[in-house]
Amino acid sequence: MYAYDELDRTLINERVSEFRDQVKRRLSGELTEDEFKMLRLQNGVYLQLHAYMFRVAIPYGTLSSEQLRRMAHVARKYDRGYGHFTTRQNIQFNWIKLAELPDALADLADVGIHAMQTSGNNTRNVTSDQWAGVAPGEIEDPRIWSELLRQYTTLHPEFSFLPRKFKFAITASDHDRAAIKVHDIGLRLYRNAAGETGFEVLVGGGLGRTPFIGKTIKPFVHGHDLLSYVEAILRVYNQYGRRDNIYKARIKILVHELGIEKFAREVEEEWLQMRDSALQIDDSVIEDIRSRFSYPTYEKLPHMPDELKKAAHDPHFEAWRKNSTFPHKVPGYAIAVLSLKPVGGPPGDATADQMDAIADLADRYSFGEIRVGHEQNLALPHVARRDLPALWKALDRIGVATPNVNLVSDIIACPGLDYCSLANARSIPIAQELTRRFANHDTANLIGRLHINISGCINACGHHHVGHIGILGVEKNGEEFYQITIGGRADEKAEVGTLIGPAVPYGDVADVIEDIVEAYLALRARPDELFIDAVKRLGVEPFRERVYATR
Amino acid sequence: MPLVKGGKIAADALVHVADDAGIPDDGGILISAARFLADAEALSGRAGKTGVIWPNNRDIDDLVPWLDRLAVVALVFPNFRDGRAYSQARVLRERHGYRGELRATGQVLRDQFVFMLRAGFDAFQVNKESDAEAFAATVKRYSVFYQPTGDGRITALHRRMQLRHSESAGQ
Repeated sequence: MYAYDELDRTLINERVSEFRDQVKRRLSGELTEDEFKMLRLQNGVYLQLHAYMFRVAIPYGTLSSEQLRRMAHVARKYDRGYGHFTTRQNIQFNWIKLAELPDALADLADVGIHAMQTSGNNTRNVTSDQWAGVAPGEIEDPRIWSELLRQYTTLHPEFSFLPRKFKFAITASDHDRAAIKVHDIGLRLYRNAAGETGFEVLVGGGLGRTPFIGKTIKPFVHGHDLLSYVEAILRVYNQYGRRDNIYKARIKILVHELGIEKFAREVEEEWLQMRDSALQIDDSVIEDIRSRFSYPTYEKLPHMPDELKKAAHDPHFEAWRKNSTFPHKVPGYAIAVLSLKPVGGPPGDATADQMDAIADLADRYSFGEIRVGHEQNLALPHVARRDLPALWKALDRIGVATPNVNLVSDIIACPGLDYCSLANARSIPIAQELTRRFANHDTANLIGRLHINISGCINACGHHHVGHIGILGVEKNGEEFYQITIGGRADEKAEVGTLIGPAVPYGDVADVIEDIVEAYLALRARPDELFIDAVKRLGVEPFRERVYATR
Repeated sequence: MPLVKGGKIAADALVHVADDAGIPDDGGILISAARFLADAEALSGRAGKTGVIWPNNRDIDDLVPWLDRLAVVALVFPNFRDGRAYSQARVLRERHGYRGELRATGQVLRDQFVFMLRAGFDAFQVNKESDAEAFAATVKRYSVFYQPTGDGRITALHRRMQLRHSESAGQ
């Protein structure tokens, strides 16, 4: 956990009081809605179909139990008793009243939580590997650098009015769980041949209307130079990014139009003029940030304790353990993923009661720490393996032990037309229907790893482009239709999926997905050839044939 | 629209001269970039003060040779969502060492004051009277800053390091 000091707390409180003044001026009419819009967006407040939506940051996906309890409190006191975890380590509340927002923010600020820059054309919440600090084989904890970037990007005086939103993600593992290749800036931490810590810097990735996989702009930027290099990229983008067309304003379009080589030269030229500035970070600064991250004092525990051996006779426990727990860097411990994808439920939602219960379980079994991943699930990152049976019982009681992590019903979906004013089609009911179709755990297990991502419009908040199966809602003559893509992925081998054919109506989507899955089961070379690998080998054609032969 | 300078509402010493109007020999003037560049040598050598309105989509390098002869550079925020002039301001101050008045013009609201000060602006053509009056109170709103810029405000990172050094020195 990162502990805020007096300076961090002061800044958050100053932001709350500024926002309180902005809301007051809006309510009194001193600010027009047009003026207020940009100001509220800079603090995570959208106007949605039914009410204001409030997006709160969970920097690099790490929460303390106290912070999660405060989220529950906000859900209960200011909303309708639940919150929605997003694909970028945020939580959203859907029914907040404008006049109460400053109080909700103040309640969150008490525990070091804020909503700064969770929307608007600025640098958004810096995301990272949700298993940072506990994943085996990690080079070092990427959250140190994420926190450095969080501070650097917060209320930046030069980059708070960019052409468009701007997202950072960082990973320090070979397996990328942070989807860095589909971010405006993706950072892969590694050590070079000289043993120095630095980053491969990718730029121009993103989804939305025009998806791009990020390109490497510089193969190695020393950690000391990270902020100056990032500032150079942002400055070039701030000056030359398009502002005439909202759909061409992301940095990915600038990179595409200039070409990565020319863009890289512009950045390099800018960077060389400022790399020796006050943005140079020396090791003592990094150490200072590192020193404010606390790590659990782990015990020396057996890998196979009696409690686990005994519980192995319970097939339900075993199904969950095999599916939802993952290796920890410390022997005797595990990472437990909590599925927020119950059969028939909206993906990523948690009730206030669930949040409170999870916070209690985190205190009891995970050193008071909770993680939030881009797949819209939670994790308890430090669970002693001997505690897994007891933890599972408790999680099962509150409905977050569905053993479907990484399986076909572990669906990523945006809020869609049920909430969002931008959406063309519903997402949540599609996800709910699919979880019912694939509710049988044995079938889901047989299918194996398969990510379905659903977006209710071209803005791609549900990351449909990078789902193994992507579902995109569109509107045709006033009716909801869905385009289906396959072969996308968001990890270190990131790829944009390929459209399999014409869009299908709402009522056919679940049948089409079943057809695709059946085709895969019939075509896979071996039981362990994953869906995504089968699509890579076979191409789209056999799936297209199967889906459209009878339609 | 009120001008805020030196932290308070002040009289504007410059007269905005349109591109088709005659230029007075003395007295302060504020003219467009195109007009200035058409006759920069003569205009920057006038007896009176000369200020230039520099658009936010024009490379600041073109203005650099004349900086030490200008009294005012006015940068433009066509609307407050368009943040290009923040970069221009920092480059003028921090890279080219411009020390004259740097004026924010266009849609300037109180909610931008702190960002603008940090980017190097020291004069503000404010849209609303109430915002201009609130200037002094608004700029005191923040006491913690995470980024180093040319305004000299100490960053949180450096305050922490100072604190550490003073703690270890006291031991």
